[in-house]
Amino acid sequence: MTSQYRRGLVFNEKDIFSRGSAGRTGVDFADTGIPDADLNEFAPEDFRRNGLEGFPELSEPEVIRHYTRLSQWNYGVDANLYPLGSCTMKHNPRVNEAVARLKGFTGLHPLQPDTAAQGTLKIIHDLGRWLCEVVGLDEATLQPAAGAHGEFTGLLAIRGALTKRGNPRSKVLLPDSAHGTNPASATYCGYQAVTIKSGADGKIDLQELDKLMDENVAALMVTNPNTLGIFESNIVEAAKIVHSRGGFLYADGANLNALIGKARFGDMGVDVCHINLHKTFSTPHGGGGPGAGPVCVVKELEPFLPAPMVVESNGAYRLDYDRPHSVGRVHGFHGNVGVLLRAAAYILTVGASGLKEAAEAAVLNANYIKARLKDYYNVPVPGLSLHECVFNDKKQNEYGVTTLDIAKGLIDRGYHPPTIYFPLIVRGALMIEPTETESLETLDEFCEAMIDIAKTAETDPESLKRAPVNAFVSRLDEAQAARNPDLRCELCR
Amino acid sequence: MRFIPLTDKDKARMLEVVGAGSVDDLFADIPAEARLSRLLDIPAPMAEPELLDYLEGLSANNATVKPFNMYLGAGAYAHHVPVAVDQLLLRSEIFTAYTPYQPEISQGTLMAIYEFQTYTAALLGMDIANASMYDGPSALAEAVIMSKRITGKSRVVVSNLVHPNWRQVVKTYTRHLGVDIATVDCVEEGLSTAERLGSVVDKNTSAVVVQYPNFLGHVEDLKEIRSVCDSAGALLIVAVAEPVAMGALEGPGKFGADIAVGEGRSFGGSLSFGGPALGLFATKEKYARQMPGRLVGKTVDSEGREGFTLTLATREQHIRREKATSNICSNQALCATAFAMHVSFLGKNGLKTLALKNHSAVRYLADQLSKVKGFKLAYGLPFFNEVAVRVPVTPSVVNKKLAQEGIVGGFDLSQVYPRMEQTMLFCATEVHTKQSIDRLVSALSGFWR
Repeated sequence: MTSQYRRGLVFNEKDIFSRGSAGRTGVDFADTGIPDADLNEFAPEDFRRNGLEGFPELSEPEVIRHYTRLSQWNYGVDANLYPLGSCTMKHNPRVNEAVARLKGFTGLHPLQPDTAAQGTLKIIHDLGRWLCEVVGLDEATLQPAAGAHGEFTGLLAIRGALTKRGNPRSKVLLPDSAHGTNPASATYCGYQAVTIKSGADGKIDLQELDKLMDENVAALMVTNPNTLGIFESNIVEAAKIVHSRGGFLYADGANLNALIGKARFGDMGVDVCHINLHKTFSTPHGGGGPGAGPVCVVKELEPFLPAPMVVESNGAYRLDYDRPHSVGRVHGFHGNVGVLLRAAAYILTVGASGLKEAAEAAVLNANYIKARLKDYYNVPVPGLSLHECVFNDKKQNEYGVTTLDIAKGLIDRGYHPPTIYFPLIVRGALMIEPTETESLETLDEFCEAMIDIAKTAETDPESLKRAPVNAFVSRLDEAQAARNPDLRCELCR
Repeated sequence: MRFIPLTDKDKARMLEVVGAGSVDDLFADIPAEARLSRLLDIPAPMAEPELLDYLEGLSANNATVKPFNMYLGAGAYAHHVPVAVDQLLLRSEIFTAYTPYQPEISQGTLMAIYEFQTYTAALLGMDIANASMYDGPSALAEAVIMSKRITGKSRVVVSNLVHPNWRQVVKTYTRHLGVDIATVDCVEEGLSTAERLGSVVDKNTSAVVVQYPNFLGHVEDLKEIRSVCDSAGALLIVAVAEPVAMGALEGPGKFGADIAVGEGRSFGGSLSFGGPALGLFATKEKYARQMPGRLVGKTVDSEGREGFTLTLATREQHIRREKATSNICSNQALCATAFAMHVSFLGKNGLKTLALKNHSAVRYLADQLSKVKGFKLAYGLPFFNEVAVRVPVTPSVVNKKLAQEGIVGGFDLSQVYPRMEQTMLFCATEVHTKQSIDRLVSALSGFWR
């Protein structure tokens, strides 16, 4: 079935544990002039590892070939459009990589004295200031290692402030369109997650909020624009309701790419937000991470941010550990500093005008896709879209074709599919986010592929059910993977 | 702006298709009071050469020394990572990919992670491992929370020879989850003894937590500690801050650990002021569905060919939401891939040699330092690649003097254990040579002759 589509060489790569031969190695060690110690003295006999049975023995070229072949089985944003809604897969500038690899940055031990770390401390400090300016808030911590880590940190700060006021409260309100990390983070902070149903327009229902917002609610957590790609235009009103009853407004910054340089959370009444640097600020996501999730807050919440904080006086930077109200540490050292450097390099490259231009182009691109596809795919929620647009499979369902089939059909046409089946409130959702780094030609080609799928759904739905036939493997049995988990290779143990 | 391909002509055409008069019309839902009517107050754009010049200048404001002139460990270790690791990581199909939600076009990432899971589990002597956590400390915090989920008990007994920062992160994570942390002082012995732990463990204890080797570099007797756990029906959680030690030590699973976590940055990572780090998380097969984080599993495609996919996602936040085993979503996948690459280059023999080189270096350092007047090993215990040393003056004086020679000295242990006055933790690894260690020793001898 598949061979007719395969061209050139596609290697059927075996796992690394079934490669190599006894006696090979892929590293050499310098002669340090130090005599070998007696490992027998190092630990009691039962604790000494005599062999690493089953570990491979490979030369450098064999290892290089293995991972090069694996890379050929992968799709990255450098290959083509990666329109994953809510994930913001934009171009990863190469200069960011060069900067993060400067020896002066990579060789710095986290416990070196502040005086020896002025360069890194300055960039962490400055990035914090820039991010606060971007979101219109007062203070920042750059310790959280990812967006969800930031959510947890921000909610802990809220909890800290409320506890200081005399009552930590017990609940966090979340729209039903929220990212799954939001309720999970609320739980990790000891809060009960309470869902607010969105209105028919996909936005927060102010009446519903008014009903639920009481003196037991610590915060309302909002993603804005929300996961439907729609701006929560009630946000200023919502903030007033939340504040008038002593709660805080938390903004999930996952969709900041739509607003950067155009509008600021602080100006909407938001008290705390996290920012996914790997999204808006163009750092690569490497197959799932690392990211970085700085948190910005209003003044009242500043004392509760994790220690240490980077502080500056007279051009000298230091780590301030003297923070009696701090929620504590959320990272072993100072966060994903290498990611922070990449984000700082991006901001310095594009400047204020470039950030604004990015939001405008991202929003224009998404609206263009929406306009071109709206006659072919159902638009479940009306209204203006910002940086991402949501369709569903309602039209294609008439022919037995589902969102999953559409996604797999896109693979055969050379694209990474959009986010599927999210947000959960849209049945069979397809959430498309092109970002600003895509050209009009790419958008047109993508739209043609989507239109081709819509037409194929009517004429030959079975071919979509079989898709992908043009990928490295055909459709995988995910149910079996969950029923009989096989989570590691067998070693000769 | 060079990252945006749209020209004015493109924009005009697109606006026509969209049916909008201007790009600003698309932002009409944003209320006026929330709109920004000025440019952000951040620096003006820099062209690539300016940017490189600026950041190279900043990096030069860090007093970074050659790795062999640095003796700090304490949770972050200087190692040589083969150049080929970074070259491979820079293949854009690896680093510009996202979470492998579409397995048919992400087999490379998925297989690399499956192999990472295998390496992690095998090094730690456990059945299975996940696809990574943020860092060792957050992995430990999640392990503690998982132990409560498994046992239904809420008290956790933690040795104070677990890295202090790791203990702080555990405290932050568990503060509002009804977990009671009992910290046990084991500094006097330099080891977490069964007596000390046993006197604190009770029927309410969900887990006992120790570090292996511990914060002072000593090898904990996991067999004894396991029996303390058994007597109370508690789980054993073992934290590994320096996975290089696993090349010479049996993994904690061999001694019955229920959960083993670790910091993996030593393989494939750089110091970079402490991050990106790499959290390792491994456990017994029977706890697979209680584990936090992502998992990659092997399956078959519609034609019966082997393939890989994310699996057991029903435990995770995007499905279980507030009932999920954890809130972790982004992990450290690229660092996990680097870890697997580095371990692959080392292989069976390289791992063992690396461990031996590390231990030999610190053994030599310890022997030479012991000969300096006023310097004395703090414990008569075996250590891996770090050693606690009593010094004749305060550690800050020692380090200031070494700094004048361009040497970064050891960690001041009194910062963590106030009773350990004038005691420092020195680390040496495969990057240290006889010459560099001799230089350190002679610098110190010169001061206290």
